[in-house]
Amino acid sequence: MEKKTRADTFVDEISAIPGGEGVRLCIQCGTCTASCPSATRWEYTPSGVIAMIRAGMRDEVLSSSSIWHCLSCYFCTVRCPRGVKPTELFHILECLAEQHGFRTSETRTPVMYRSFVSSIKGNGRVHEFGMMLRYYLTINPLAALKLLPVGLQLFSHKRMPLLPKKVKGKDDLSKIIQKFKEVRGG
Amino acid sequence: MKYYAYYPGCSAEATAVGLGLSAQAIAKPLDMDLIELEDWTCCGSTPYGSLDKLESTAVAARNLALAEKTGLDLVTPCSSCFVTLSEANLHLKEHRDIMNQVNEALSVVNLEYHGTVRVRLLLEVLINDITPEVIATKVERPLNGLKVAPYYGCQEARPNYGFDNPEFPQSLDRLVESLGAEAIPYPLKNHCCGGALVISEEDLALDLMHKLLANAVNNGAQCIATPCPLCQTNLDAYQSRVNKKFKTNFNLPILFFTQLMGVAVGLSEEDLGLKTNIVPPQKVLAKYL
Repeated sequence: MEKKTRADTFVDEISAIPGGEGVRLCIQCGTCTASCPSATRWEYTPSGVIAMIRAGMRDEVLSSSSIWHCLSCYFCTVRCPRGVKPTELFHILECLAEQHGFRTSETRTPVMYRSFVSSIKGNGRVHEFGMMLRYYLTINPLAALKLLPVGLQLFSHKRMPLLPKKVKGKDDLSKIIQKFKEVRGG
Repeated sequence: MKYYAYYPGCSAEATAVGLGLSAQAIAKPLDMDLIELEDWTCCGSTPYGSLDKLESTAVAARNLALAEKTGLDLVTPCSSCFVTLSEANLHLKEHRDIMNQVNEALSVVNLEYHGTVRVRLLLEVLINDITPEVIATKVERPLNGLKVAPYYGCQEARPNYGFDNPEFPQSLDRLVESLGAEAIPYPLKNHCCGGALVISEEDLALDLMHKLLANAVNNGAQCIATPCPLCQTNLDAYQSRVNKKFKTNFNLPILFFTQLMGVAVGLSEEDLGLKTNIVPPQKVLAKYL
């Protein structure tokens, strides 16, 4: 009788998602880690994360701050000798962590991403000032003081409109998102 | 005259307004008509794709469906919009089930996508459709003597959508040289500035920006030219934060490549939004303005 191990289950889950098909091809050469501009900040290195997927360490991978340090620079993707597409893998892991409620206190990147997405859903386009405001209100309004000079520079150079632009397509976009949630759920 | 469906991207209306203004301004002298996609919405974006990839594909698809109706290539000046829209386009074409689900969602607003749109980066269009040779003939104020560091950022050539070399891109060098300026070589020209993580992981981003600025300046750059709205905003608006952290005194103007092109083809400071640049470029460009 064929029996699935914990490792098989996680690898199957990842490789069934578009972009994650390459996870089984990794040979642990470490090119992705050596190419990553933020690797020193990862709790587990990029190639380490891929090894952990193969070992079925789902909770450890999804609860780690590592994946949230991906800068989407795609150096690993263009250099991987096996065509694994690590950038897409890390995006997939981020999505899974978000979808299944894994939270990390080691980085604020997920909070920033959520502020970004709220801004898109609320306005149809990203309203950068609103996004920043939401982000700082969520983490710590006092932290915004440190960046006030940057914000004021952008504002005084007419690069930070305080009000979002009115986008007609906003309601259409909301309808599309709403319907898409129903379709994929069913 | 060449016609394109034009997708400015959200930042071209705000933090990267200099890109939005200058991209439109250079179109006319180069015989291009950038027809703004009516009523466009967010491209899907990397943050959205990092929280819910499928839903971000549906968000991208609205723009692709609108563009398909025009029958024109969809051109964006933003490297990040380019990658997001290209990736969504590819996923939709390769995965029939996702395309069907997305089309069911699009149908509530009477849209449908068939997968025929060609997504293109403005820089690539300038190189392949307009060509550096023709651009050189439109130059009224040659930027002779100006040492420019072409800064590609990440998503101009990576992942590889078949345009520029992902390890050693050269398109921007060619464009800069077609304006009469000197494109200085420096090893970090396609390395990362920290991107959006400047907000959540500022320390990391400042380290990366410090290396970039030092590398450009040490190789003789008088200014940087970049196609990417996020790279420009980071290097321009956070340059003072880099100086503070590393006790440096960088004062390097960071231009959108379209602003540099605009100066060379004889457009005004106002047309190109040069006053929206935080590190003032006027001194370096004084000879040519």
